[in-house]
Amino acid sequence: MKRIEVIIRPHKLEEVKEKLVEMGVSGMTITEVKGFGRQRGHTEVYRGTEYQVDFVPKVKIELVVEEARVRPLVETILQAARTGEVGDGKIFISTMPEAIRIRTGESGAQAL
Amino acid sequence: MIQSGDTAFVLISAALVLLMIPGLALFYGGMVRRKNVLGTIMQSLILISLVSFEWVYLGYSMSFGPDIHGLIGSLAWFGLGGVGTAPNPDYAGTIPQIAFAMYQCMFAAITPALITGAVAERMRFGPFLLFSLIWVVVVYNPVCHWVWGNGGWLKALGVLDFAGGLVVHLTCGAAALAAVLVMGARKDHGKHQIVPHNLPMTLLGTGLLWFGWFGFNSGSALAANGVAANAFAATHLGGMAGMAVWSVIEWWHRGKPTSLGAASGAVAGLATITPGAGFVSPGSAVLIGMLAGGICYGAVLLKARLRFDDSLDVVGIHGVGGLIGTLLVGVLAAKAVNPAGADGLLAGNAAQLGIQALGVAAVGLYAFVASWCIIRIVKAVMGLRLDPQAETMGLDLSEHTESAYGE
Repeated sequence: MKRIEVIIRPHKLEEVKEKLVEMGVSGMTITEVKGFGRQRGHTEVYRGTEYQVDFVPKVKIELVVEEARVRPLVETILQAARTGEVGDGKIFISTMPEAIRIRTGESGAQAL
Repeated sequence: MIQSGDTAFVLISAALVLLMIPGLALFYGGMVRRKNVLGTIMQSLILISLVSFEWVYLGYSMSFGPDIHGLIGSLAWFGLGGVGTAPNPDYAGTIPQIAFAMYQCMFAAITPALITGAVAERMRFGPFLLFSLIWVVVVYNPVCHWVWGNGGWLKALGVLDFAGGLVVHLTCGAAALAAVLVMGARKDHGKHQIVPHNLPMTLLGTGLLWFGWFGFNSGSALAANGVAANAFAATHLGGMAGMAVWSVIEWWHRGKPTSLGAASGAVAGLATITPGAGFVSPGSAVLIGMLAGGICYGAVLLKARLRFDDSLDVVGIHGVGGLIGTLLVGVLAAKAVNPAGADGLLAGNAAQLGIQALGVAAVGLYAFVASWCIIRIVKAVMGLRLDPQAETMGLDLSEHTESAYGE
């Protein structure tokens, strides 16, 4: 099993979710996060004074899938989340040793 | 002779001014960080109770009671004794005196609430209460007597202040300046970003303030008459012009107009037209509002450049607005608008500008020095500030054991 963590622009969430559901993904978890990468932050102005805001709002999607599904899902995410501008986000993939469904106690791929 | 129309108008105006206090609480509350929003709101809200108490037993009598040497009213009306349904022709001959007393009560309550914006996010609740109580007794009541009380020395000199440019806005601005000087900046000021947490709340507060300001200014005619209608128009036009000019200047200066800028310009315009609302023509009100939008924008920028932590711009908006608004009465006032007022410089009476300047100097200086002494005394007795750990935690948790935004 693999865990896919995807950090994207908040306004891309709906599009990414729909495409993933079309691909048969049965569940995901999202978190509203803040951070910066190459995009850095942005400038805000309050009463004529500029403030540099470093942390930009993003959405993090986490999903755990069987290894064979990783490649097509990543392709889908790349298409759905990309605008081409700096700040589109990142995808991190890691190995997930175990998963357990709380209701039934099933484990491994059965639990996904 | 009591007139029902006048009485109804003043009672409703009093209720409108009361509504400005929660309006101000939202205006300020939206501009602080989320951990301080309840503490900030509380500093305005609690004054409805604290100052009204003070007003019944001391304030009304000290401000409007029988005059002592032009300086202060006696305590003859302690507990509103003798202040009942009969009119007092010294102030308003067509409404019950108790209506006048309650109307003025709301002014006394909102004025120290305005000060809290300057020391936002760092003052403990106890010292704040003590400061506010002493401040209304030592600063607000005497100044109110000087300017509006029967026999007050500035009133006798002919100083014009229709609805509180001196009594409300300049006193709170001068106190704000003194308070920040004694207290110092927030510990994060200049080190971390401190930005507003909920501007929609601030904008809602702006709307409530504007709405209440009609009661504040046109109610100061103390009768439902032509002067009240002129003050209503002047108030609206002052706010209109302040909002427009601030927005345009910010657009030109920073590339984009902001919602906080529009709100700030409106409040600057409304504060600045306050002393003149019943003395200047609607055309002059537009001019006053425009000047307010430009000058207050500059004052707020200057504050930022000086790294002076008047956190929510009480000096730059209310202090400066009260000051220039009172001076502009000396330029633009016209007896054609209000025969009970005076002509200003442009109507051929240059002396009025001098009288207004004297009023500004006397009230500004007194309010600043007295406020500085009060805040030093409170500091010596019980300290003023949250300790650094509590300041990090925020007012809501550390002073009130609450948080504004739960699950």
